[in-house]
Amino acid sequence: MVSTKDALPVAKAISEGKKAERRLGWLLCAPAALVMVAVTGWPILYAVWLSFQRFDLKYPDQREFVGLENYVTVLTNGYWWSAFWVTVLITVVSVAIEFVLGMGLALIMHRALVGRGLVRTVSLIPYGIVTVVAAFSWRYAWTPDTGYLANLFAPDSAPLTDRAGSLAIIILAEIWKTTPFMALLLMAGLALVPDDLLKAAAMDGAGPWQRFVKVMLPVMKPAILVALLFRTLDAFRVFDNIVVLTSGSQDTSSVSVLAYNNLIKGLNLGIGSTMSVLIFIAVALIAFLFVKLFGAAAPGGDDKGRP
Amino acid sequence: MAGVGGAETPGRKAGWTVLNIVVVIYALLPVLWILSLSFKTPATLGDGNLIPREWTLENYAAIFSTTEFTRALVNSIGIALIATAIAVVLGTMAAYAIARLEFPGKRLLVGVSLLIAMFPQVSLVSPLFEIERTLGLFDTWAGLILPYITFSLPLAIYTLSAFFREIPWELEKAAKMDGATPGQAFAKVIAPLAAPGVFTTAILVFIFCWNDFLFAISLTSTENSRTVPVALQFFTGDSQFEDPTGSISAAAVVITIPIIVFVLFFQRRIVSGLTSGAVKG
Repeated sequence: MVSTKDALPVAKAISEGKKAERRLGWLLCAPAALVMVAVTGWPILYAVWLSFQRFDLKYPDQREFVGLENYVTVLTNGYWWSAFWVTVLITVVSVAIEFVLGMGLALIMHRALVGRGLVRTVSLIPYGIVTVVAAFSWRYAWTPDTGYLANLFAPDSAPLTDRAGSLAIIILAEIWKTTPFMALLLMAGLALVPDDLLKAAAMDGAGPWQRFVKVMLPVMKPAILVALLFRTLDAFRVFDNIVVLTSGSQDTSSVSVLAYNNLIKGLNLGIGSTMSVLIFIAVALIAFLFVKLFGAAAPGGDDKGRP
Repeated sequence: MAGVGGAETPGRKAGWTVLNIVVVIYALLPVLWILSLSFKTPATLGDGNLIPREWTLENYAAIFSTTEFTRALVNSIGIALIATAIAVVLGTMAAYAIARLEFPGKRLLVGVSLLIAMFPQVSLVSPLFEIERTLGLFDTWAGLILPYITFSLPLAIYTLSAFFREIPWELEKAAKMDGATPGQAFAKVIAPLAAPGVFTTAILVFIFCWNDFLFAISLTSTENSRTVPVALQFFTGDSQFEDPTGSISAAAVVITIPIIVFVLFFQRRIVSGLTSGAVKG
């Protein structure tokens, strides 16, 4: 990707000013670029290298090159697939519900006749609060005795001790935390919808629902895409909520929790790195699919989604 | 602003008020619950009342009497502040270049930032663990500051370049025409215009670092660098011989205070920062 702005058919030699500008641009960007590449690029390559080795810190003298053996071990393991499908389930369900709730919240923040500032302020609290803190609050809420929700909805049981209950609560915690962020992104999209367009649609006899589907959604498409893509990738990384709420018991581990457990509790760098690489590939695939599906309206595209 | 059919009838107002109340309850309930637990005595922890029957500050006294929490709080504050300062400085330089200069490789940098924003952080945990052990950075402040800077840079670059595009840079020229030196023009004209954006970005980056749990739990092992979110996991309530619920709640409330302060005082800035970077990015 080279800048297309240099296509000057005139003199080949760029002026001194241009050269100086280039140098300054590179100089200013270099530190940020170096840090980003050094802390992500090099370790991910290192992870690939480690994933081809048997490398268990409990038996460091047995370290050897084993090719794809770790990948076979992980991909034929029930725990890995269980964690993978748990992650997919949490991602799909929470992002879908968040999108609907976030759209509602965005409309409230955009349109409210009263208390708009108040709603914007309070909805930032879930966004800003430390995930671990919120997760502890949910954990106590759903634990019998300390919990108002457990006492209310499940008086004689402990939902965090069975799998379905745990997964539902993990998803609830995710939704609570990230709906406001989704709503803010969608609200920015709503601000792009010209009022004249809505008025014109109303004149033509479109009802509120039709105006929403036929006018608002198409104009908001880029904002919706950004919000969905970022939240999907973010949800796929789910970690904090699960560690606090269940520590991954009752088969509620996500891929991140499993990779972490293999590394820190199992001290198995080879397997841990293999999982790192597999998660990286999965995330790359999700991003690729999004861009493929939505094409030009993808982030970075200049399409403003005109209907 | 109010769009189509926004007639302010009392009925509509009442409808909006109800919706607002629903949103407020939704957003505040978990926060109020942990707050309430933190003020309860061990005997009343399990009574399920939102308003504590017996108020006590002993949970707060307990956490501040041990180094387990105070040390973690110092780590959290120090690490988040240093990482924020560095990320904002590097981000400002890069964002200025992206917003104002033409140079080859600009789009590549924006693309790389976008990729890192989507990067699955857990993929770095295994290799960073090993690299940091080799370099002696494991369980140090620097060992956490590095990944924090890296993952907050995309956020900083996007937000700042969106802010910088809004600044009327012609004013700098105008100031020079009026006889100001370049230094004066920058200090008197540009810096005050750029400051709000930089400040907003600093808040967003700080919240990100303050929040992190994955790196903090994977790359630390002792009180040397353990941050509060991780320390909560290790609370055993040494001050009480029962479960640490009260202590955890109190510590959780303490680390929520800065977030609440930011949100109350700077909500408008935070909203504009989050949305401008995402939409115009």
